Order: sequence, then structure tokens, then C-alpha cells
Amino acid sequence: MATRLKEVDVVLVGFGLTASILAQELTDAGLQVLALERGGFRDTVPDFSTTTIQDELKYAVRHGLFEEPERETLTFRNSMDQCALPMRHLGSFLPASGAGGAAVHWNGQHWRFLPDDFVIRSHTEQRYGKKFIPENMTIQDWGVTYADLEPYYDKFDYLNGVSGQAGNIQGVIQQGGNPFEGARQRGYPNPPLKRSYPTVLFEKAAKEAGFKPFPCPASNTSRPYKNIYGVQMGECTYCGFCEWFGCGNYSKASPQTTIFPVLLKKDSFSYRTQCEVTRINLDSTGKRATGVNYVDAQGREFEQPAQIVITCAFAQHNVHLLLLSKIGKPYDPVANTGVVGRNYAYQITSAVDVFLDEILNPFMGAGALGQAIDDFNGDNFDHAPYDFIGGGYIALWTTGGRPILQHQLPEGTPKWGAGWKKALQENYLKSCSIATHGSVMSYRDSYLDLDPTWKDIYGNPLLRLTFDYHKNEHDMSNFLTDKAAVIAKAMNPRSFHPKPRKGHYSIVPYQTTHNTGGAAMGDDPRTSVVNRYLQSWDVPNLFVMGSSVFPQNAGYNPTGTIGALTYWAVDAIKNQYLKNPGPLVQV
Amino acid sequence: MYRTIFIGMTGLLGFAAMAAATTPLPTQSQPGHSAIQRGLYLVKAGDCAACHTADGGKPFAGGRAVPTPFGVIYSTNITPDKDTGIGKWTEAGLYRAMHSGIDRQGNHLYPAFPYPWYTKVTPGDVRAIHAYLGTLTAVRQVDRKNKLPWPLTMRSGLAVWNKMYLKQGTFAGNANKSAPWNRGAYLVNGLGHCGACHTKKNFAGAVKTDQAFQGGMGENAFAPSLAGDMRDGLGGWTVADIVEYLKTGSNDKSSAAGPMAEVVHDSTQYLTDADLTAIGTYLKDVPRIGSKANGNEAGNNQMTQGAAVYADDCTGCHMDGGQGMAHVFPPLKGSAAIQAKKPDTIINVVLGGAAIPVTTTKPTGLKMPNFHDKLDNAQVAAVVTYIRNAWGNRASSVSAGDVADMRKQMRQKGD
Amino acid sequence: MANPPISRRRFLQAAALAVPAASLLGCHSDDSRKILAAANAPGPLYLSEGERHFLDAAVERLIPGDAKHPGAREAGVTTFIDRQLSGPYGMAETWYMQGPWPTGDEEQGWQSKLTPAQMYRAAIRDIQSHCQQKYGKHYEALSTDQQDDVLHGLEQGHLDLPDTSAKQFFQMLLHNTQEGFLADPMYGGNRDFAGWKLIGFPGPRYNYVAEIEQYGKPYTLPTVGLNGRTGA
Repeated sequence: MATRLKEVDVVLVGFGLTASILAQELTDAGLQVLALERGGFRDTVPDFSTTTIQDELKYAVRHGLFEEPERETLTFRNSMDQCALPMRHLGSFLPASGAGGAAVHWNGQHWRFLPDDFVIRSHTEQRYGKKFIPENMTIQDWGVTYADLEPYYDKFDYLNGVSGQAGNIQGVIQQGGNPFEGARQRGYPNPPLKRSYPTVLFEKAAKEAGFKPFPCPASNTSRPYKNIYGVQMGECTYCGFCEWFGCGNYSKASPQTTIFPVLLKKDSFSYRTQCEVTRINLDSTGKRATGVNYVDAQGREFEQPAQIVITCAFAQHNVHLLLLSKIGKPYDPVANTGVVGRNYAYQITSAVDVFLDEILNPFMGAGALGQAIDDFNGDNFDHAPYDFIGGGYIALWTTGGRPILQHQLPEGTPKWGAGWKKALQENYLKSCSIATHGSVMSYRDSYLDLDPTWKDIYGNPLLRLTFDYHKNEHDMSNFLTDKAAVIAKAMNPRSFHPKPRKGHYSIVPYQTTHNTGGAAMGDDPRTSVVNRYLQSWDVPNLFVMGSSVFPQNAGYNPTGTIGALTYWAVDAIKNQYLKNPGPLVQV
Repeated sequence: MYRTIFIGMTGLLGFAAMAAATTPLPTQSQPGHSAIQRGLYLVKAGDCAACHTADGGKPFAGGRAVPTPFGVIYSTNITPDKDTGIGKWTEAGLYRAMHSGIDRQGNHLYPAFPYPWYTKVTPGDVRAIHAYLGTLTAVRQVDRKNKLPWPLTMRSGLAVWNKMYLKQGTFAGNANKSAPWNRGAYLVNGLGHCGACHTKKNFAGAVKTDQAFQGGMGENAFAPSLAGDMRDGLGGWTVADIVEYLKTGSNDKSSAAGPMAEVVHDSTQYLTDADLTAIGTYLKDVPRIGSKANGNEAGNNQMTQGAAVYADDCTGCHMDGGQGMAHVFPPLKGSAAIQAKKPDTIINVVLGGAAIPVTTTKPTGLKMPNFHDKLDNAQVAAVVTYIRNAWGNRASSVSAGDVADMRKQMRQKGD
Repeated sequence: MANPPISRRRFLQAAALAVPAASLLGCHSDDSRKILAAANAPGPLYLSEGERHFLDAAVERLIPGDAKHPGAREAGVTTFIDRQLSGPYGMAETWYMQGPWPTGDEEQGWQSKLTPAQMYRAAIRDIQSHCQQKYGKHYEALSTDQQDDVLHGLEQGHLDLPDTSAKQFFQMLLHNTQEGFLADPMYGGNRDFAGWKLIGFPGPRYNYVAEIEQYGKPYTLPTVGLNGRTGA
């Protein structure tokens, strides 16, 4: 039986980015906060030291910083008529395990969503008519607007020390920035990063093609920066080992480099590692969470009572926990009832590889060092001539030139043998790649539920993912790939090689760790799991963080919006919920 | 494990003591504060907790090993426990201990207890310290037996030592100097006992008074010169630089490492700006003594090897030209600590890593990884020689043997 | 070809695959390398001699050596694979390996009950018996054209192996070979930076602030590994 522990004010499931923000803010508000982390503790030194972290095999290829499917995985199928099978090792996406979560190993690509993204259904219906949205597409407005979130986006920018060039300050378009972005109250805390050669070539080509390039916003600091909590960050040195690695010189924003130094000194905060939360406990009414149960490294089970429970795990794990805890009505795609697991979404990516005659030194880079155009993101362009909704950015990133996984080879290169070797030799220093990063809408048949067959090490059913790309996404992605090819051509390359995303979604090749949905937010409990403050409709002392609340996915990396939503929610907890505990939105 | 690192780690694990840091401490200059509050401030200034608290032990209950060239001396319990602590000590008894190095029973104390400095403390300040120590939670903990060879176990010999080296006497001001200078001199030479590390010692472990603040050894580190040399002293520092360093653990010229990181963390960060300015004012007036000779010159081969190690292993933080990153990683170019007469601190840091002290003003505690596995002795020697002689720096070279010695010392210390 | 003696340091790295390095080293040894000199150089960790012969030949076809640049065999890729198979990767230590084990679609990924180490063992055995049947020789004794034919047969799935998926094994072998050729030399492959020097990757370096805006200029510092400029 579980050993019952002393109650805390707030228990956080997970100790990643959202948990760190919540812990810092809620302890400031006088609460006793405990984070339960399934992985270990990690810090810059010794875990990401400059002496050891630049190890592509250990971290990027063998997945040194990520969750271990042996402990927890999911089953996957493309469609409801298939048998879902376990994801036996990681591939398509890479959730983290350990303190700091995925914000340790991210690239630092730090975006805001567009104002239209938050009202996609009403906006689309208004501009293009109701019939423009396919019947099986279940997109919905978020219940929160860009204007609501702007102050919290701003706070997150200044937490992370984002480097970038504003495009729109209080409605005034700024030279050199992204003219399509929502208005921001002020510029970025730091100027853009230095430019790598490929990004300069991209910028020139994009301009020639009539587009509006700008430096990508980066949570890699372009200069030393002291953040909103007084924590000192370093200056990025362009080592090219961001994504899938921790940062060794304090220049990539992560809880370790932005929050831990102040948070971990507080008596009112504590964390426990190697503790996996297996249930959220409810009282007899089913309307109040009493805490959580977790299993520690020795396999002992504990009950941790708490006044407030907040799930801060990776997107699908929050949903898994809700389903296991029987909180909220599980989604049934056949009857089209229920909400938990509904509206899972992802992103669709493609690339155009570019081969030049000049030395580009691809190994000099940073995770968010890039130039992008936003001309074809969201509803920044007229969709009327096209048969799809959504869009994405087109960017040339120079994240690094790690030899095993980051090299491009011209079309037609043999997969092995002397020809492969020769092509690798001739192209490694002289190639780059333009990426497209497209939105994925939510659909009636893209969802999460519990698997009937396979179990995790605790004997709980695995989560089951049913997902595929739909025609809308392929059409949109092909459109983006074509536009990227226009820019590639304008770079006057020796050759270029468009690589559109084809066929079914596959769990095998890495694409992106931007999994979303399953605990969608909204203003209607019939179509959402949490209200606009990320508060459970069913259990008001339960909040759900992270991209699990996205009702569908936009054409940007999600972290900026996750950070903003966290600050937005914690503000509501501090200033509304604590004063009057109960539902923050009346149905 | 170094104590500095230990402190960094405990800081990360939620160091309870930091809560105290958020309240500014009262000072002598603030009238109306009780003797107890003033005593707390003076105990911080004297860094009593550093020695009188063991790693993981109860505050002020003693038991921390203080390594000396002669053997290990264990600090004593100064909590008000009547049997094992100093609960029975009168104010006069404490004054005698601090002033003359003699305990309540009339036994001589070993000068690991810095009474040669504390002798300068005024009776009024001793009274305040006594009042404050009396408010501590009494801990019953019997003092550990020192590990000293005979005849050093014979405390009577200390009478001779005192006769030869102890200059008893409360601080006497210098009327020709300013009030801040005098306040600084009082703190530096009294409770601060800066000379305990920053001044060379003779064979008997007494400081060489004619070499005051010209640099000396403290644990496994070389405490650099505090005199006015541009290259390896405080000549290039302003009073404001000294204040920032002592208050926050770093400034744009250097970051505290080794035992000094501990001193900032436990002691100087709590001092008022006025007192820190006083210390800076006094230190800026310390004269340089002796020759400029700085040991043997670096050979070309070692410089070439050192440059390679530097480029491969150090530039990620200290940058190509040794300039460091402002407010983040300390500069090596032009650094007095790097060019110190003896390279021990630098070798120690390269082998074992370092942590910038966590202070209220600078909470981050940035860390440097260790290189004890990655670099062999010749490589460490080469890179230390290189940073001491590149970019216009000049200081003695370091041999692989020096590095081997430091590894041995660190192992003995259990780092 | 005789295996070159394994350096002490490499032995440590191999051992460190399974054991945290610090526990072997202790702290502040007089000189970590000297301590290692006391340890015996190990032989292969997982593969048999015959399996090594097969891999020496196969990886050399996947990345052949030429007059200017060593291929996978000379770069130590067999040793790399051997060490990988003896460690967590070879044992599928972090993979979800609970049944049942139905076959699925390609999009659903790896569904074999075999760990990578077991798959190498089974596949090499079956490929060798195929070569014996078809050519009357071991794989390594075939002409290079014949060796390529066998690899193409695996790649396209024409060659039927009783216990493993030929396609899946080939993909794993190809990936592991490229990994060994391009990973840090401390893992046993990329010997003398063969792979990195071929392509111009200078190794793990932490600072390009001064160089990143020197457009079109070659980077000049020598190749370095996590263990320094000698690589392993």
C-alpha cells in the first residue's frame, strides 16, 4: 500500500520548464511547492560540461537525455482499423526525462503564435466561410487571445533572454523584423545572433524572391544577459551542439540557466527525482484532487497529498495520467463524445537541401541561428485559391554540422559505397538545408486513448496514439516546399534537392518533438478538457500545463507559447484562484 | 570534493542558510541595534562559522578539520553548551582567548585559531560577539582530538611561540589616515584575518610581518598578493572593484575561487558597503615589497602545447583572447589571480573545477568543470603556463611535477 | 589483418560504456593515463573472430578505403560496432521489449524481439551460410563485386534470412557503420579522425565567435576529439 506523506500546498507532476516557472512563481506567492520528477537531477556542470557534452553518438544518436521507452512508451497506428504497436525505441519525437525536461535539449527556437492562430475556427469561418473547414477537422478557438497572452509572452522572452529583431512593436512595423508577427509591447531583450554564411545567402535569396526574411528569435543569448530573476546567462559561442544536448556555457535558456539558481535556494520548494506519478487521486465526490500517487526508484509507492495538483509532464504524458486517473470523459471518436485524448496534433516538416560551391562551415552554428520568412505561415496569405488551412515558416537554420546526423547529400547519391563516401566528402562543408515547419490541424480520427494490450512497467496500459497526416497537411506542406525551392533556386546553387513529406506519418524517422493536444483548452467543456486558465473543468484544483492543451498545432515551435500559457495560468492561480478556490470560469 | 564546490552544490540543493542572506545585517554604525545583532555581524566578519562548523555538522559546533603543515587541528564547539561548548565562558574569558590565545582553563590555543589577528578586536566588539554566541542553539558535541605529532601536542610550547610571534594589542589607529582607512585596517587585520592566507608564513607557521599581504598559501590555494602590483596584485583594481568582488564573489576582473569563494559566501557578502569600501580603501594603500622576479620563464614548447590545450578546452568560456565574458566568466588576460606569484590556485581550479560563489546579489553560481581526467599533468602544466604568459600576462612557468604534487595534496585533503 | 593493440585509454572508454567513468578512475589520480596503463588491453568484447572478419569485410564495402582516405575497416568501425553491441545499445537496454510481438507496418517501426546484439549474431550466421551455399566461401573471401551483391540482396530484401529481416539488419549495419566512421574516436571508430578529416569536421570545439562571420574561409585549427588531438 502507498505510504501517505505530509500534505503540500502544490504538487507538480514533472520538473521541466513549466514546473520550474510554476514553482518559482508559486513559492513567491507563499506556497509550499513540491515537484516530482521521473528522471534524475541534472545541471550544467557536471552534466552538460563543455568537456563532455559535444558527443553526437551518446546524446543525439543514442538518446542520452531522453525518456526511456523501457519505462514508458506508447503504441502507435496510423488509422483506427489498424492494430497499434509499441514504439520500442524513440524516433519521430524525443520527450525528455530529468530535471529541466525537454527545455534542456531544445534548440532554443523561440516563437510566438500569430493572433489568428488562437481564433482559427472563427477567423477561418469569417474570412473563407464555414464550408472551408473540412467536416472531419475539429479545430477550435483556444479561449484565450494573443492580446491576453502578450504580457506573458513578454515575460517569457525576458526570462530566456531571447535574441532577435522585433517586427511589430505596439503596431509599428520594425525594419528587419518579422512584419507578420503580432504586436509586441517592446523589443527582444537581446539583439539577434551573429549570422552564419548560409543564413546570409538565404536572406539575400528570399529578398530577391520577393519575401520578407528576418532573423529567427533565439533562446540562445547573443550577449551576456541577466534575466528577470537575476540569473546570469552567458553568451552563445556557436558550438553547434544545442538540440539534443545541454548547453555547457550557460547560453541556451533552460530551467538550469534561467530559474534553478534562485528556485533551488528556497525553503518552500523541494523536488524528488526518480519518482514517477502514476495517479492523480480524487476525493469521493470526484470533483476534488487530493494529491497524487507515485513510485520511487526503489519501487515503493507513496501518496502525496496536495491542495493543488498541476500536471507538468510532456504533452502526451499529461493526457495518459488523466486517462489513468479517470479524470474527464475519455474521447470516443466513433460516438464523437468525450474530450480527454481528443485533438491530438503534431507538425509537418519538409526540407530543400542546397549544394553550393563555397565553404559554409556548417559546424559553426546555434540551435536557433536562422533566417526565416513568415509570408506563408498561419493566415498571413490568402488561402482562398488553395484547398487547405494553415501554413508554416520557411527557414534556413544553421543548428550545427554534427557529422552523423547532419549532412546533406545530393539527389541520386548512392546510399553506401565509394559513391556515398565521395559525395559526403565533397558536400559536407558546402551544403545547407532549408526547412519548412508546418501546422497540423486536429481531426476526429487523430487522438489518444489507452491501449488494450500493452502495459508499462507499473502494469498500467500504455497510451495509444492514432495519427496520420491528412490531405490538408500534405497539400499545405507541398505548397511550403515549393516556396522553399523558389528560395533555394535563388541562392544560385550547384544543385538543390526538395524533400517533401510523403505518405503516411511514420513513428521511425525523427521529425519534431512538437506533439500537442489531448487535453485541449477552450471555452466549452464539451470540446475541451481545461478552461482558458488551463484549469480542469471537472476538477478545479487540477491544472494542466504544456502543449497538451493546444487545441491544434500552429506553424511554429511551441515552446514560446507553452511558456506564455504557463505564466498566464500561474497569474490566474495566484491572483484569482488562491483568493477564491474553485472554478475560474463558470459554465 | 572541494569545499567551494560543496558549497555550490548545497546551494543548489536548497541551502537553508541563504534565507538569512536576504536580510541586510546591522552594523556598528547603525545606532540603536543591540549588541546581539552587532555580534552576529561581527561573527560574519570574522567568518567564525567557516572553521567552527563541520561539513554537514551543526552550526558552530566545531569538528571541522583545519589542515596545517604540522597536522590536523579540529575546530572546537563554540555553541553555549555548558559542558562541551563555551556556555560557561565569561566575556572576559572570550576576550582572553581572542586577545592572548588562552582558553578558560588557562591552556594555550593553537594559532590555527587566528588570535594573532583577533587580538586587535576591541573589547566592545568582543562583548557583542559574546552576546551573540550566547544566543546560539546549544549543541552537545565533544571536541575532537587534534592529529598532531609530539612534541606539538604539548601546548606549553605555544608560550614560546607566542613570545616570539604574537604581538598582542587592540587595534591602534593611524591618525594620519582617514576614518575609512582605519576602519578597513581594523577589519582586515582583526576579524577579517586576511593575512592568515595572504601573507607568507615562516617555518613555525607565523606570518612574516615584513611580507604583509604579498601573497601566501591558504589550504591548497595560493592567496595572491593584495599589494599594489599591476600584474599580480590589486594595482589594477579600484576600491569599487574590491567592494563588488567581496560583496558578490566576482567583478569584471576576477571571480573568487577556492577558499576565497568560501570567504565571500560565508563572510564578506554580508558586510555593509561602508565596511567593504573601508577594506578597499585600506588595501589600496598596501605597499608592494621585494623584487619583481617571478620565477622561471616559460619555454616555447610548453607555450605551444599550452596554446593548443587552451584553444581546445578553454575558449568555450574564457574566449579566444582570454578576455572571458563580462559578468559571466572571469578574464584570464591581465588577471592578477592568474599571474599570482604561485600558481597553486590555478592548478587546483583546472584539476578540480570551480564555482563562482553564490551570493545574494549574484545568485547564479556559474561553475567550471574539472579537467583532472581529461588533461594529464604535462597538459595541465602547459595550459597553466600558457594562461600565465599569453596576452601580455607574465608569471612563472609550471611543471608537470607541480601538477602531480597538487593532485597528491588534493587527494590527501579528500577533495 | 591483425588488430592493432588497443590503447589503455580506449579500454577505459569501452569499459565506461557500462560503468560510469568516475567509478573506475577515482578522483585525481596522479595521471589518469598512467593508472590505465596498469589495466590489461581487452580483446573483442562481444563479437567472435569470425563475426569480426565478416564485419571487417562488410563495413569496408559500405565505406571503402581508397588511396587518400581510409575506409571503415581501417577506421576501426568493427571495433566500434563490437563495443556498441556489448553495451546498452546492443542489449536494447532502454527499449520497450515486452510482448506480444505481432508484425506491423513500416511506419510502426522496430518490432523485433531480438536485441541489436542478438540480431547481428543471427544475421551474420545466416548470411555466412547463404554465402557458403551460393559461393562455397565465407563472405570475407568473396570478390568485392560478390560482396556488394550480397549487401544489395540484404538492402532490397531479396535475400531471405530465416531469423531476421534482411532489410532491417542491413539498415542497422549501415547506420552503425556510418556512426562508427563519424563518431568521436573514443568509441573505437573514426580512428585517427579518418571520418572527420575526410569531410572537414574539426571535432567538438566550443567557440566559433571569431570565425562564424568569416564567410567562405576554411577553418584552420586541427581536428580534436573529446579526448584531445590524438583522438582515442
